[in-house]
Amino acid sequence: MIYLDNAATTLHKPQQVIDAVVNAMQSMGNSSRGTHAQSLTAARCVYETRCKTARLFGCPRPDHVVFTSNSTEALNIALSGLFTRGDHIISTDLEHNSVLRPLYRLRTEHDVRLDFLPADGNGCIDYADLTPLLRKETRAIVCTHASNLTGNMLDLEKISAFARANGLLLVVDASQTAGCVPIDIERMGIDVLCFTGHKGLMGPQGTGGLCIREGVEIQAFKVGGSGVQSYLTTQPSEYPTRLEAGTLNGHGLAGLSAALDFILETGVEEIHNKEIALMRRFYDGVKDICGVRIYGDLSQDARCAIVALNIRNYDSGTISDILAEDYDIATRPGAHCAPRMHQALGTSETGAVRFSFSYFNTEEEIDAAISAVKELAE
Amino acid sequence: MRKKELRFIVTFHTTTSAMAMEKYCLANGIPGRLIPVPREISAGCGMCWSAPPDARPEIEAALAGQSLDVQQLYELVV
Repeated sequence: MIYLDNAATTLHKPQQVIDAVVNAMQSMGNSSRGTHAQSLTAARCVYETRCKTARLFGCPRPDHVVFTSNSTEALNIALSGLFTRGDHIISTDLEHNSVLRPLYRLRTEHDVRLDFLPADGNGCIDYADLTPLLRKETRAIVCTHASNLTGNMLDLEKISAFARANGLLLVVDASQTAGCVPIDIERMGIDVLCFTGHKGLMGPQGTGGLCIREGVEIQAFKVGGSGVQSYLTTQPSEYPTRLEAGTLNGHGLAGLSAALDFILETGVEEIHNKEIALMRRFYDGVKDICGVRIYGDLSQDARCAIVALNIRNYDSGTISDILAEDYDIATRPGAHCAPRMHQALGTSETGAVRFSFSYFNTEEEIDAAISAVKELAE
Repeated sequence: MRKKELRFIVTFHTTTSAMAMEKYCLANGIPGRLIPVPREISAGCGMCWSAPPDARPEIEAALAGQSLDVQQLYELVV
């Protein structure tokens, strides 16, 4: 089986991740809920995972790393906790529904105004389009680091320079880039970074979180058990407790901790270079096949290792199904939870077949995928 | 029942702060361990650092030099 759907979730995890989860399930109590050995084992593990996450993303304060079940939860927490009636937010056509739907809900339920930077036929925005959108009520730019459909990456330093110059917050969805593209929230001027543990971070599903810049106040989203200040009728106000009601996914975070060890040891640059090399090999192998149409700007390496394509006028679902059934190659067809991106590319009717590569894919697997695409295009 | 003795207690606002303290103390050979907060004290976090009273100067020096977020210091029989 050749797994090329890593943008959905990474299938091949480092063995240490699996071992850490199994070990945690045999030894961990509940973090922050006591001081016996098993509870402290869990608390120490969670704390170390905060420290490693902070190190990976250049966040100076581990207590400003908040854990959630995934990026979607992190984005919902950030967006529902930062904005108020009448605020204006700038976003982009590259966004996943995990950004779009919370924004649309803010618009419907709280009269928040939205504008989306348009993407062209290659899935690229024009940064000059930012200035005309600015209003007195503009509070933030909320954007993805990279499109889950095309792999095109946004220049966050450019966007954050604009945000800083105009007193705006920058909230970033790093679902596709965490672990495979270097991220430094201080250098990149990011106020809130939302990430997931199960894609490029190669950790278990059910993990993810936010890194919050000091001074950024996000109102509590869910309230409940905190293990501390039990007689308070409100959620404790200190981070991370403010945004972490209930038992954390301790077993998952043990796995994420081991995954972060792997990534920090291997190096994000090394991971990026290998993934991009695999992507280039695939792209070079398919780009000149008659009948193949590729979407996105693949001219630069500052992107994610994704190639989205269509073959002739075939339905993307059919192509993906044949690849799975006849060639045992896993890809993702359809809309990819990225409706605005498809609309910008003109692929709303057909969808597209997305091939997304991981550090653990091999050149042989890439070559097999190229052959398959060649045969299907005949 | 365990014999009560005088201890030097450090309390915290959050579990994260308590874990940071434990990590620092273990790395630097500072005595003590995390225990449940005694009922005579009210604190943000339900666990506190409990050390022998003669470790107080060493711990206070460490707290002055590090950005460890503590709530309060006590000497208490626990």
